[in-house]
Amino acid sequence: MGRKLLIEHVHVPGIETLEVYRSKGGYTSVEKAIKTMSPEAVVEEVKKSGLRGRGGAGFPTGLKWSFLAKPPGVARYLVCNADESEPGTFKDRYLMEKIPHALIEGMITSSYALGAHTSYIYIRGEYFYVARILEQAIDEAYAAGWLGKNILGSGYDLDLYVHIGAGAYICGEETALLESLEGKRGNPRIKPPFPAIAGLYGCPTVVNNVETIAAVVPIVNEGGCEYAKIGIGKSTGTKLISAGGHLNKPGVYEIEMSISVEEFIYSDEYCGGISGGKKLKACVPGGSSVPILPADLLLTTANGEKRMMTYESLSDGGFATGSMMGSGGFIAYNETACIVRNTWNFSRFYHHESCGQCSPCREGTGWMEKILHRLENGHGKMEDIDLLWDIQRKIEGNTICPLGDAAAWPVAAAIRHFREEFEYHVKYPEKIKDPNHFHKQSFLSSKQSVTI
Amino acid sequence: MPKVTIDNIEIEVPEGTTILQAARMIGGDVVPPAMCYYSNLKTSGGYCRTCIVKVSQASAKDPRPMPKPVASCRTFVQDGMVVQNTTSPELLEARKGVVEFLLINHPLDCPICDQAGECDLQNLAYEHGAAKTRYDFERRTFEKIDIGNKIKLHMTRCILCYRCVKVADQLTDGRVHGVMNRGDVSEISTYIQNAVENDFSGNMIDVCPVGALTDNTFRFKSRVWFTNPLDAHRACTKCTGKVVLWTKGNEVLRVSARKDKYAEVEEWICNDCRFEHKNMEDWNVEGARKTAHDSVISQNHYENIDLQKLKLEINRQIKHQGGKKIKEVYTQAQIENKK
Repeated sequence: MGRKLLIEHVHVPGIETLEVYRSKGGYTSVEKAIKTMSPEAVVEEVKKSGLRGRGGAGFPTGLKWSFLAKPPGVARYLVCNADESEPGTFKDRYLMEKIPHALIEGMITSSYALGAHTSYIYIRGEYFYVARILEQAIDEAYAAGWLGKNILGSGYDLDLYVHIGAGAYICGEETALLESLEGKRGNPRIKPPFPAIAGLYGCPTVVNNVETIAAVVPIVNEGGCEYAKIGIGKSTGTKLISAGGHLNKPGVYEIEMSISVEEFIYSDEYCGGISGGKKLKACVPGGSSVPILPADLLLTTANGEKRMMTYESLSDGGFATGSMMGSGGFIAYNETACIVRNTWNFSRFYHHESCGQCSPCREGTGWMEKILHRLENGHGKMEDIDLLWDIQRKIEGNTICPLGDAAAWPVAAAIRHFREEFEYHVKYPEKIKDPNHFHKQSFLSSKQSVTI
Repeated sequence: MPKVTIDNIEIEVPEGTTILQAARMIGGDVVPPAMCYYSNLKTSGGYCRTCIVKVSQASAKDPRPMPKPVASCRTFVQDGMVVQNTTSPELLEARKGVVEFLLINHPLDCPICDQAGECDLQNLAYEHGAAKTRYDFERRTFEKIDIGNKIKLHMTRCILCYRCVKVADQLTDGRVHGVMNRGDVSEISTYIQNAVENDFSGNMIDVCPVGALTDNTFRFKSRVWFTNPLDAHRACTKCTGKVVLWTKGNEVLRVSARKDKYAEVEEWICNDCRFEHKNMEDWNVEGARKTAHDSVISQNHYENIDLQKLKLEINRQIKHQGGKKIKEVYTQAQIENKK
C-alpha cells in the first residue's frame, strides 16, 4: 500500500467537520508554522520538498513562491485555483467535497508563508454545492479562531473568501482567473507582467492549484525533506489521479510517484484493469489537453523502459513518443473507442471554451472541430488530415494563453499515433456512419502504433 | 538606452519601447503588420497576433531565445535583444497562418464594403495571405446593429481587434460598449443595443481596421478611390478640428480624422465635426491630402514628385534593406546613375 498524505482519512465519518478533522491531526501545520516557524522557513520547507504545481504545468511551487515580489506597503494575495475544468480531471472536487478543511488548512499555512492577509478560493460555477461545503468549513474555522484577526494570538490576520466562477474553462488560466475575480470578463492577460509581480488588483499574487495547497500541509507537518523521500527524481510526493474511462475501478487515487503506469492500470489496489475484458487501446494520462498515447507507448517508453507515473517518465520522448503528467486526469480507452470521435469531442470542448480574444485560437479551434466532425461522420477527405495537422501547427505557440496549445496537442497526437484510423474514416464512410462503429469490430492498425 | 537588433538592423531606443515601436523607428519592411495595436489607445494590442516576431536572443544578460513567437506590440525591448521578423521563414509561415485565421470567417464582401480601399485587412491579406482559401464551411454571420443613428455595426466583418472597445473605454464616459459571448461567436455590442451617446464615439469608425464599423452618413455613397481627399480644419470648441474631407466635386461625402502612415488617427475628432458639418463652407481647405502612392485611393490623383525626396528614399532603402525593393526594378548601374 502506498502512503496517503491527502486523502488518508477520506472515509472517516464526519471528516468534513472541523471537530473530526482536528481529531485526526488537522490544523497542526497551522500551529507549527505560526508558532514555531518564520514565513521564510515555510517557503524553505516547500522548496526542499520539491513540490511541483499539481494544476498541470508542474512548475516547482517553492520557486514560484520565491518569485513573489514583496514591495513594502503593498498587499499580497494567495489565490487558490479551484476552477478544475479539464475534461477527465476531478481530483480537486473530490478533495474539497470530502475534506474541505485540508484545503483551508493549506490556505492558512500558505498565506502565512507568503504574507498574504486576504486569500481567495476561486471555484468553478458548476461546483456550486462544493462551494457551500467550503463556506461552511470556513465558517467553522472562523468560529474556532483559525481564520480572522490575530490567529493563535500571533498577530497574524487572514481573511479567506470563496468566489464562485460563472462556468468558463478559460478562467482556470491564472490571469483570466484574476480578471474574473476582479469582476471583469475572463480574458487571459498578456504576460509579462506575471502575477508574482502584478496579479490581483495589480498586487503581487500567487495562484496555486487546490492539490498543491493541500500538499503544503504534510510538507510543513513532516518537513520538506521527509516529503521529498517519496517519489522518483524531481517528481516528489504523492499525486491525486482521477482515473476515468474504460477501467474496472475508475475514481480518485492517491499514488506515490514511484509506481509504474502498468501497476496503476492493472493492479487491484488501483484501477483493476480494463473494463469489459477488453484490451487497452490508448490513454490520455494527464487530462484532455495532453497528447494521447497508444497502449504500447503508454506502458513502455520509446527506449523500452517501463513508464512510471512521474512527471519525467510520462513526458519521456517529448511529444513524439511521450505525453505529460498534466493535471492527472487519467483517461483510458479500450478497443471499442474511436480515436477520431474522441478527438472531435475534445476539439468541440476547446472550440466552445475558447475566449475569443486572439485569432489563432478563436478561429482555429472552430475550424478543427468542423473538420473532425466531418471526418467522424464519414464526410471527410484525405486532405483533411493534413489540413488538420497544419491548423494545429499554426495555433500552437501563437496564442496569448496555453488554451491554444491545449487545443492543438490532442489533435496533433491523435494524428501522429492514429493516422491510420483517420484514413480508415475517409476510406470506409459507410462503416463509420454507424455511431457505434468500433463496438462490434474493433479497429486493427497494421502496425501496433503508427508514428510519423 | 537599450539597443535592439531587428532583422540585422541595430537601433538604440528609449527604455520602455516595444519591439513594434522600435521597428517603426527603423521603418520599411522590418515593421510587422498590426491589426489590433493602436498607439493612441492604452492596453491595445496583443490580440490579433499578426505582429508576432521571433526573439532569438532575449537580452544581453539572458541570451536565450524566447520559446514562442511574441506579440511585438506588447513586448518591451531589452538591451541586446535580437529580433527576427522577415528574416525568419518559420515566423512568416506562422504569420501566414494568423492571416488565414483572420480571413476564414471574414465575408470577403469587399466589392460592397465601404472600407475597401482603406482596409487594413485587405492590405494584410494582399501582403501575407494566400490566394485561395482552405476553409470550405459556412462562415459565421450576424445581424447588423445600429449604434446610435450615425454608426453601423456589421459584426460579420469584425476581426475582434478590441480597438473600438478601447475607444469606448478611454474616450467616452459611461461605457456601454464591449464584447459579449466568447470564442468564435463573441461579438462587439452595446449593452442591450444602447446608443453610445458621447461626443467622441465616432472615432470608433476610424479605428476599425475593417468595415465592421462604418459611418451611416457615408454608407454606399461612393467608393473611397472615387473621392478626392482634402486636408481641412475649422474652429471647433470640442476638438482640434483638423480633419480630412472626402469630397466629390463640391460635395463633402465624409469627414474623418487624419491618419498617419500606419493608419492610426493623429488627433481624435468630435462627432460635431464628423457628422454635422458636411458643407464646404464650414471648412478651411488646406489642400490635397497626401495618400501613399501604393494606395488605391491615390489613383488618378497626379502630383509633382520631389526628385530630391525620391533620392533620399532610395538611399534609405538601399541602406536598410540592401536595396531589396529597388533591385527588383533597377540594375545596380542604374542606381549608381541615379545617385
